[in-house]
Amino acid sequence: MALDKATVARIAALARIKVPETEVDTLAGELSKILTWVEQLNEIDVAGVEPMTAVTLARSPLREDHVADGGIVDKILANAPETANGFFVVPKVVE
Amino acid sequence: MTLTALTIGQARDGLRRKEFTARELADAYVRAMEAVRPLNVYLMETPDRALAAARQSDARLQKGEGLPLDGIPVAVKDLFCTEGVETTAASKILAGFVPPYESTVTANLWRSGALMLGKVNLDEFAMGSATISGARGPTENPWRRRGDNRPLVPGGSSGGSAAAVAARAALAATGTDTGGSIRQPASFCGIVGLKPTYGRCSRWGIVAFASSLDQAGPMTRDVRDAAIMLQAMAGHDPKDATSAPLPVPNFEAAVGRSVKGLRVGIPKEYRLDGMPTEIEMLWRRGIEWVKEAGATTVDISLKMTKYALATYYIIAPAEASSNLARYDGVRFGLRVPGESLEAMYENTRGHGFGAEVRRRVLIGTYVLSAGYYDAYYLKAQKVRTLIARDFDEAFKRCDAILTPTAPSPAFAIGEKMDDPIAMYLNDVFTVPVNLAGLPAISVPAGLSGDGLPLGLQVIGKAFDEETMLRVAAVLEDAAGFDAVPAFVAGSA
Repeated sequence: MALDKATVARIAALARIKVPETEVDTLAGELSKILTWVEQLNEIDVAGVEPMTAVTLARSPLREDHVADGGIVDKILANAPETANGFFVVPKVVE
Repeated sequence: MTLTALTIGQARDGLRRKEFTARELADAYVRAMEAVRPLNVYLMETPDRALAAARQSDARLQKGEGLPLDGIPVAVKDLFCTEGVETTAASKILAGFVPPYESTVTANLWRSGALMLGKVNLDEFAMGSATISGARGPTENPWRRRGDNRPLVPGGSSGGSAAAVAARAALAATGTDTGGSIRQPASFCGIVGLKPTYGRCSRWGIVAFASSLDQAGPMTRDVRDAAIMLQAMAGHDPKDATSAPLPVPNFEAAVGRSVKGLRVGIPKEYRLDGMPTEIEMLWRRGIEWVKEAGATTVDISLKMTKYALATYYIIAPAEASSNLARYDGVRFGLRVPGESLEAMYENTRGHGFGAEVRRRVLIGTYVLSAGYYDAYYLKAQKVRTLIARDFDEAFKRCDAILTPTAPSPAFAIGEKMDDPIAMYLNDVFTVPVNLAGLPAISVPAGLSGDGLPLGLQVIGKAFDEETMLRVAAVLEDAAGFDAVPAFVAGSA
């Protein structure tokens, strides 16, 4: 699959990554090469094969449904770039 | 006695016999950590913490109450969250992040008496095979080619861990392995690297790359040390739903146990076209060694081997694109301002991620996007089933599998950097193991023509690290690998 510049821009937008206009061409080339390479999987017949969605066959153990942690607002906010009154602060989203 | 030349097993015995103190051992390693600075191994040194922990170890050892790893100085891959100590995953986007909690695996190590020397370098977010893509630059391999002084890569992504152990600037190190990130650098640096069965070690508190593939493991001087470290690191953790609720066997007891009667599988698909003759020769020697020790070898077929890398390079980026969505400039790490919330996200992630991480997040986003999910991601998950099935079939006829670890020795810094796919091929022998969730170990087994270490890989059945360790110990004994790298920090 050869990706054009518009597709790269669309994926970058989906991934929320700003890609400078000057790098889009190079990136389109690199990504196309990788996608073309992984398309060798088309040689394989997977009819009737179930997708592998978990590595361990054992069912995950469930724990009691009770509060095990909490009251650590300061710890949670300690690494945030900007906070106010116990909240994370982001740029204004509503006018 | 050069304290930094000892194995964990030897250091443990010396400490218990009071031949030296934990403080003396820690002092020697703190000096070695300073001496290794030219290789750019440690991102963060924590000598005060190491010396304080050594004092506590000495107090216990004095009373004859030493813990299994008391006084053992360990380097930690900077992918493990360490409480109060900056954890960056070698990424600009996590610069300054100081975790308010400790990863389960490192907590287990400290509870066993081990002490942390510092945090070591890796490829950004563990995505790479050379330890060149981190925000703080490449790590150099302590080895050099004979008659050639160009700096080589230590392999990756756990290249800082491997270089630290090889250069005697840590007695052991933690690594993580998503597609070979413990075993390939172990092979490149002439040390032992063990990737446990998926679920053996908790992933809680490890910066996530590809959650269905990531597994923590030890990187050490010898096979016994790998068993001792794994013993401390492993165990069920309710905080990781994929951690296996199984008892942890006595791994060290398996080291040295006879392999008589074991069946060792030799997969014909691992004989690659264009593979260097010296790798092929090393593999043949390994086959002879296990036979001489009383095992039999059986030819097996892992017919999906050639498709494992392509499968991996759909599944791993898909999971990475999802895991790395959390780096958005809101809760931790870097924030690059923007006019809107959307612009802030895009600026932060655009500036914060390096080239390889960006490529993988974009590939992952594409293969999971509407219209392409079935053709790429679902297809890869189905091929993954076939790869795991290959191993299931093979293990009906053998107890462990023997292969080379990597298709080449260490390469120079700068080589393979302009071609992502050439770089990906480093992991051709290691990736299938992660896709199937199996344990595997790399053991240094010889030197290349130009004097660089080469490893052999033993793959075990799920949750049968013990048989794998028995075979690994036989290879280690027979190989008698005692070569020393060009740079040794602790030689003074």
